[in-house]
Amino acid sequence: MKTEQTESVLLDSPKKSTKEPVIEINGLYKSFGNQEVLKNLSFKLFDGENLVVLGKSGSGKSVLIKCIVGLLRSDSGIINVFDQNVLTLKRKELDDVRQKIGFLFQSGALYDSMTVKENLEFPLKRMEKQLKQKEIDEKIIEALENVGLPEVLNKMPSELSGGMRKRISLARTIVVDPMIMLYDEPTTGLDPVTSDEISSLINDIQKKYKTSSIIITHDIECARMTADRLIMLQDGEVYEQGNLNKFEKSTDLIIRAFFK
Amino acid sequence: MKIIIPVKRAKEIALHHTIKLSEKTLAKTKEAHNFLTDFADVILFIARLIRETFSRKFEVREFFHQCFNIGYKSLPLISVTGTIMGLVLTIQSRPVLANFGAETLLPGMVAISLIREMGPVITGLICAGKIASGMGAELGSMKVTEQIEAMEVSSTHPMRFLVVTRVWAATLMIPLLILYADALGIIGSWIGANIKGDVSFVLFFSQAFKNIDFLDFIPAVVKSFFFGAVIGIVGCYKGYNAGRGTESVGKAANSAVVLASLLVLIVDMIAVQVTDMLVK
Repeated sequence: MKTEQTESVLLDSPKKSTKEPVIEINGLYKSFGNQEVLKNLSFKLFDGENLVVLGKSGSGKSVLIKCIVGLLRSDSGIINVFDQNVLTLKRKELDDVRQKIGFLFQSGALYDSMTVKENLEFPLKRMEKQLKQKEIDEKIIEALENVGLPEVLNKMPSELSGGMRKRISLARTIVVDPMIMLYDEPTTGLDPVTSDEISSLINDIQKKYKTSSIIITHDIECARMTADRLIMLQDGEVYEQGNLNKFEKSTDLIIRAFFK
Repeated sequence: MKIIIPVKRAKEIALHHTIKLSEKTLAKTKEAHNFLTDFADVILFIARLIRETFSRKFEVREFFHQCFNIGYKSLPLISVTGTIMGLVLTIQSRPVLANFGAETLLPGMVAISLIREMGPVITGLICAGKIASGMGAELGSMKVTEQIEAMEVSSTHPMRFLVVTRVWAATLMIPLLILYADALGIIGSWIGANIKGDVSFVLFFSQAFKNIDFLDFIPAVVKSFFFGAVIGIVGCYKGYNAGRGTESVGKAANSAVVLASLLVLIVDMIAVQVTDMLVK
């Protein structure tokens, strides 16, 4: 659980306003056919904060972060990442922005045909800055140590448990030293103990790599452990936003349904 | 005998038929629309494939990895198929030729049918079953488990890494597999000839190659490159465009085999026509 002291620093609004937004979303719309998934969505992610996005399944949470990295193209609106509008970038410029972002997929998305080492090497060998093999090996070991699994280097993903796969997937995203982390339901499908471990890991990564993060989840324990600020999405719109305290004390029925 | 229907009932029947006709027209229009959309998708896919092929960063290592997977790992299957092809063709043809007293023509006949037609087509169909389905299932499963998206966010072009390498590996490896199957087919034929007779290896081969000239090889080799490209493109297209559920992986693999096999036969038919026109 985040300490009161940390919370007061990060949630204090005058203090927060001095921080620069690293992601700024304005009037975002996205629909699939006739179904509007995101409607006039606007919010900011500030430097160094963990922003938890809550919402029911189908409320557009995953679509939102896929729009941020350009995996999905929004219908209209502005998505500024480090003051660059993702929607107007060319492929090369988008690749440069993506190298600053780590994306943890819901399923882990480890490459089945590669070993753990090859999975971690994959993004490193495709970075703009060419690294020597020795540097690559050092970074891989460091990332694996940071997720607490240095011994699985030569294993195949199929030999790992669900929790281990999530950790390795996390190692693959942090190995390139991202400035922003996007977590798509990081604790889904995991037992409560492993979920807590992953949530702690998210906090550790924020401290160690000084990342700003968006954590998509409907796991309230994960939200409690990691959130500096929360946003609740309902039918593709921002329904409520604020700190954890505000959500915990809310009498709104929709919010109460999450914070029982 | 006249049947009298009340006006109201007649109007109802007419309306019912009009609605049914409209529904049918709508369904047919939708089918045509889907077909045209799919066709446009395939054209765009091939255009992207060509563009990515000539981009600066060709994934050389992955290309050789795919050559190994497609070529080397198919050798056992192609060896068995090729040998059986020659053996069966010899056993089936021998009695017919013997009736005409033309048994000495057996090596030449088998060699020509293997090199011109049977080798390329049967190996092509076997490869469509093994390679196109493998590609469809592999890429489809990568799509379902978000691995393709994971590649994209790590600034790797999945089209370049996954599709270009596989299509080119198939285009280059399948002709080699076909030549290998032809060679084993002739050896299988020699084994078949020796089941009920006694013919030396050297004599059999000299008889076989006496009847073959360079023009028998060229059209077969050229069309086998097209077989390879078709198998690669269909396998990758079906896998890359698989749906979201696990069911779609099976569908992608299945439709890849069916379409690739069909296209191998269509390409063969066109190649035979073109060769025929050119030789004349």
